[in-house]
Amino acid sequence: MSLDPDKLLTFSPLHRLQWEEAQQRHVILYPEGMVELNATAAEILQLCDGSRNLDGIVEELEQKFQTGGLRDDIREMLEDALLHGWIREFSRH
Amino acid sequence: MAGSESFPVTKPRWLLAELTYSCPLQCPYCSNPIDFARHKNELGTDDWQRVFSEARAMGAVQLGLSGGEPLTRADLTILVRHARQLGYYTNLITSGYGMTESKIVELKDAGLDHIQVSIQSPEKTLNDQLAGTESFEHKKQVARLVKKHGYPMVLCVVIHRQNIHQMRGILEMASELGADYLELANTQYYGWAHINRDLLLPTREQFQEAEAIAQSYKEQLKGKMKIYYVVPDYYENRPKACMNGWGTTFLTIAPDGTALPCHSARELPGLECPNVREMSVQDIWINSTAFNKFRGFDWMKEPCRTCPERTKDFGGCRCQAYLLTGDMTNTDPVCSLSPHRDRILEAIEAAGAQEPKTLVFRNVKNSTRLSA
Repeated sequence: MSLDPDKLLTFSPLHRLQWEEAQQRHVILYPEGMVELNATAAEILQLCDGSRNLDGIVEELEQKFQTGGLRDDIREMLEDALLHGWIREFSRH
Repeated sequence: MAGSESFPVTKPRWLLAELTYSCPLQCPYCSNPIDFARHKNELGTDDWQRVFSEARAMGAVQLGLSGGEPLTRADLTILVRHARQLGYYTNLITSGYGMTESKIVELKDAGLDHIQVSIQSPEKTLNDQLAGTESFEHKKQVARLVKKHGYPMVLCVVIHRQNIHQMRGILEMASELGADYLELANTQYYGWAHINRDLLLPTREQFQEAEAIAQSYKEQLKGKMKIYYVVPDYYENRPKACMNGWGTTFLTIAPDGTALPCHSARELPGLECPNVREMSVQDIWINSTAFNKFRGFDWMKEPCRTCPERTKDFGGCRCQAYLLTGDMTNTDPVCSLSPHRDRILEAIEAAGAQEPKTLVFRNVKNSTRLSA
């Protein structure tokens, strides 16, 4: 599923992203299921709060980790998240 | 007895709270034990709250609120609120019977994450006949209200010989109701379903036809509705990895506080399952004899003991081994390597013979009669 770079990204209201103390990691919870996230995926998904598009997320993370060239990896992760229904796209008005 | 070096004790992730055995429905494939009417003395609100807290502290994160019909518990909203505050993802598993719009709103406010509604058939007559009560229109209405109030909506249909020919109708109904998930649960033959097996087990041809229909819809509905397909293990050559391995992931608490490694384990004679009234969840999980009995691989007999696949399927299901071979330490007879595989083949044959019999409905009267 390809991502529309103009659209803002928000976490799905039908899923929940939360930190699990016992597992020392973030997980996505949904009806009778759970996905365990690695630290990178959790960083990206936490930024899907409805205020940023792909470039916004890339910029934020490249700044945070003082690095460049993250765009392809981030896009790939977000496309996967979109396919799974963890995040949604919407247009800026 | 806390595991062994080669098999460390993991923490529970899923807690299934069977809040009550009371149920207005009488489904003949119910997974409750046959003798449910014997087990009274339901846990009170305080006990359930303590159980939720203790299991959460160990790392349980998915909570199923089930039964019987959980809506018959007057303290359901209080329990949901407590669970949500602890950080559980809370799943209400209901027939929808007795649900109202105001209750749906109240539960949402208390933090309930998801409601799963079961429907017996896409056709009113069969639905009401199987449920043993008139409930079809109400269930569909509840499904719509669940959607309306922003919950993920999961429709669950248990599949068996009486409704398997309606697979297309089931998928159309789920699609029309806007289900986010559809659980097509092929009947698992324990408890009431085991008694009624000859009338419920479909033929291999029926399975194949129904599965092909479900697969085609799966493609078609990609991105709109997720379909969970619970496989009919009688037609497999390898057993299911029951409960993801005994005492590794799942914890069931029965209405009277009995702690079970799987919701059917009550059927296993002499297992001596502990009770949360007498032990803490942590003590039960780590130290009780019942939870350690089939943990890991040391308990296995041949052909499992030396089988390279034992780490994948854990020898299958202990309840199925007991129900079909009389010995819970045997290999699950679903496995083609089991010396008791003939029991499965006999069951398939008996179901195919279609002798005149009538369904035994799950109700207090039958429970009392059958467990006398």
